[in-house]
Amino acid sequence: MKKRKWSIALVALALLLAACGGSGDTTTTASGGAEPTTTASGGAEPTTTADGSGTVGETAYEHLNQAMAGDFEGTSVEIVAQWAPDGAEAVSFDAALQPFRDATGIDVVFEPTVEYETALQVRVDGGNAPDIAQIAQPGKMVQYAEAGALVNLSEWFNVDQLTTDLCCGFVDLGSHDGSLYGVYWKTDVKSIVWYPIQGFADNGYEPPTTWDEMIALSDQIVADGNGSPWCISIESEAADGWVATDWMEDILLRTAPPEIYTQWYNHEIPFNHPEVLEAAEYMHQIWFTDGYAYGGNTYINATFIGNTQDPMFDPAGPQCWMQKQAAWIPGFWGENKDFTDPAEWPNQPGEDVGFFYFPTIEEEFGSPVLGAADMFVMFNDRPEVRALLEYLATPESSAPWIERGGFLAANKNVPADSYTYPNDQLAAMTAEATTFGFDASDLMPADVGAGTFWSGMVEWVGANGEGTEEIFQSIEDSWPTG
Amino acid sequence: MSEAVKLPTPVENGRKWAALRDVAIGAGVIFVIWLGLRILRDPEAFAGMGPLAGKLLQALLAIVLGIGGIWALFIVVNALVEDLPARVAVILRPWVFVLPALAVVGVYLVYPAIRTIIQSFTEVPEGGGVLSNYTDAFADPAVQIALRNNVIWLLVAPTAAVVIGLAFAALADRVKYESLAKTFVFVPLAISMVGASVIWGFVYAWRVPGQPQVGIINAVIQYFGGEPLAFLQEIPINTFAMIVIMIWLQVGFAMVILSAAIKGVPVELTEAARIDGASELQNFFKILIPSIRGSIITVFTTIAIAVLKVFDIVFVLTGGNLETEVIALRMFDAMFRFRNFGQATAMAVILFVAVIPIMVVNVRNLRKQGIGA
Repeated sequence: MKKRKWSIALVALALLLAACGGSGDTTTTASGGAEPTTTASGGAEPTTTADGSGTVGETAYEHLNQAMAGDFEGTSVEIVAQWAPDGAEAVSFDAALQPFRDATGIDVVFEPTVEYETALQVRVDGGNAPDIAQIAQPGKMVQYAEAGALVNLSEWFNVDQLTTDLCCGFVDLGSHDGSLYGVYWKTDVKSIVWYPIQGFADNGYEPPTTWDEMIALSDQIVADGNGSPWCISIESEAADGWVATDWMEDILLRTAPPEIYTQWYNHEIPFNHPEVLEAAEYMHQIWFTDGYAYGGNTYINATFIGNTQDPMFDPAGPQCWMQKQAAWIPGFWGENKDFTDPAEWPNQPGEDVGFFYFPTIEEEFGSPVLGAADMFVMFNDRPEVRALLEYLATPESSAPWIERGGFLAANKNVPADSYTYPNDQLAAMTAEATTFGFDASDLMPADVGAGTFWSGMVEWVGANGEGTEEIFQSIEDSWPTG
Repeated sequence: MSEAVKLPTPVENGRKWAALRDVAIGAGVIFVIWLGLRILRDPEAFAGMGPLAGKLLQALLAIVLGIGGIWALFIVVNALVEDLPARVAVILRPWVFVLPALAVVGVYLVYPAIRTIIQSFTEVPEGGGVLSNYTDAFADPAVQIALRNNVIWLLVAPTAAVVIGLAFAALADRVKYESLAKTFVFVPLAISMVGASVIWGFVYAWRVPGQPQVGIINAVIQYFGGEPLAFLQEIPINTFAMIVIMIWLQVGFAMVILSAAIKGVPVELTEAARIDGASELQNFFKILIPSIRGSIITVFTTIAIAVLKVFDIVFVLTGGNLETEVIALRMFDAMFRFRNFGQATAMAVILFVAVIPIMVVNVRNLRKQGIGA
């Protein structure tokens, strides 16, 4: 709760600063955009210098090699990303950039922002775009690309290398109209359910491997008088409801063929297709069965997503037992949250709390994973900016964050043994998955995927699961025409 | 001044030289400003100084150039006008001072407003008619809820703020520690809407029944054995819970203005009424309120305009979910979340049209009081 309010208070300030910076910096970007033709052609020569010096290991990327040879020393590149100030993720991301800074002498400026998506939009609209920006929604990338704001990477990027490196069809997801715009870097696997290991052991509970077992376990917990089986909540700054959309998507991947999933987010079938309503029934069973969700529907709507699992850590023993959330959630566990040092966390993932795979529902659809991923796009074309983007395409760029924990690389050539818990398991889970479903709400038009789908889920929870068909119908009706 | 026109020739000659000098100075000033702007626009100009020093120097130059440049331009243009024949100068001089202001209003207010209105008719989805942004808007259930909520806000918030503010002003008028008492009511006015929303977010906070309640209201309710209420999740309590915040913010404003108005009512009037046997209540309703009617209308309309534009409170507390949507938030979402400029501009125009009648009442009322021209 507290975090959100402060962040909003800061937005106004951030927007103001962005707007102020606008007039002064506009020209920087504009002229910066015009120049690279000269600089880039000038940059073609140094390749020889890079070859000549030969001090640094060659990569498959031209500008990166030049940068490693020190050709762009003293220049500066600004990169922005959604990882919030003071969060472990922002610190880890900064750490990931450090080897590049050290090796090239390029000053990579990363300042975390709040209300990231709006702030980025304002800067792009104001002609004051950062050099490189992280984007979580492929739809956003398409928007920027169609607006002509993005640098087309196909013209110079080593796409072949990228195609060998990235998993899960990420090159396609980073492309639009046959041109590459986004380089995927980080993924999240959402198809996991966290549970208290000791609590399970004490009560003789086993992590379920099928949906039916999961329901049976839920009933068992209720029958044992051990509180509520599920910790669920969806309040999340200006994005209330997205946790619920993840549930819908994860279930749909398990109850319908992958084609249905694709057709659904492309709106080739109605939003409220019978297959989708069937998935909603499964979700309904867990969310709205009396006694299943801790605190009932009010808790779901009123509790910040970072506090969802607090009752799991109640001193009197777990008050709720299972939480479906991606692997970043341990960052919110515990009282004295020293985000920068996971060793200080009172609830150690892997020791006190573990996770199981969100189980298969129908055998024929195998074991899919639902995930999301972050890409980097480029707004200003300068050789040192190209070098940084190329660096982010290498497996090496993932190493510092992997070491710090909480990172799953989009690059499948990252050595599997470099991962620690829980990402070693997640990497294996991703490798074994029959389907990788990219978060559908991120692929839908924002009006739905970040609008009515979210608000519809909040409304559904508010009504304690009543009026399912009407709510899904109203989301269908809200799909933009044309 | 009319005699000045028929000045002897030597002086006229001198004036010509003065005019030439002023033109030269003017050209110089414009050159310096142009040069300054060039430096400001040059990304390399401050590159050698390190990021912070460069930025600071750039900002300093911008401020000096902005303020000094405008100041110099004013003086130069004024001097140039002075050089013209007096009759022309008299006509031109006011424009020298008014035109920049008009230009700023034109560029930053009138032009965008007109463009917004035009866009709301032209930025239509493929195959849509001129009015399709508006028909789409009114057909959208979320917008319908927003319109309904804005009406509720408009009916409740200004009325309550005026009634409470008036009551407080009238009562505090007779208290010994009037200014201290008024300070408490006035302080919220100094708090931003976002700040107030954060504060009230904690006041309304809900925890699972039986758990320690963080929110003050639910803590009290639970202490006395009641069931905690999720003020911001429960429809329709959530909308009213947020209206309370607006009232809390605006009561201070209403009180200050109305208190001043009450003090302006001649004592003879109320005393005469008392002598004629009017009770305190009669005195209040039949003498005091009619006497300060103008101020009441001003306060009401001012708060009404603020209420119509309400955004921050809803954005912070519910994000427009659970039937709490308002027009301004809808506009923001259409603009920044959905990137639907047609919808966003249509919402802006609807809001604009809704504010107009209140503005008219307000301006008329001010004119009646002889404040506005």
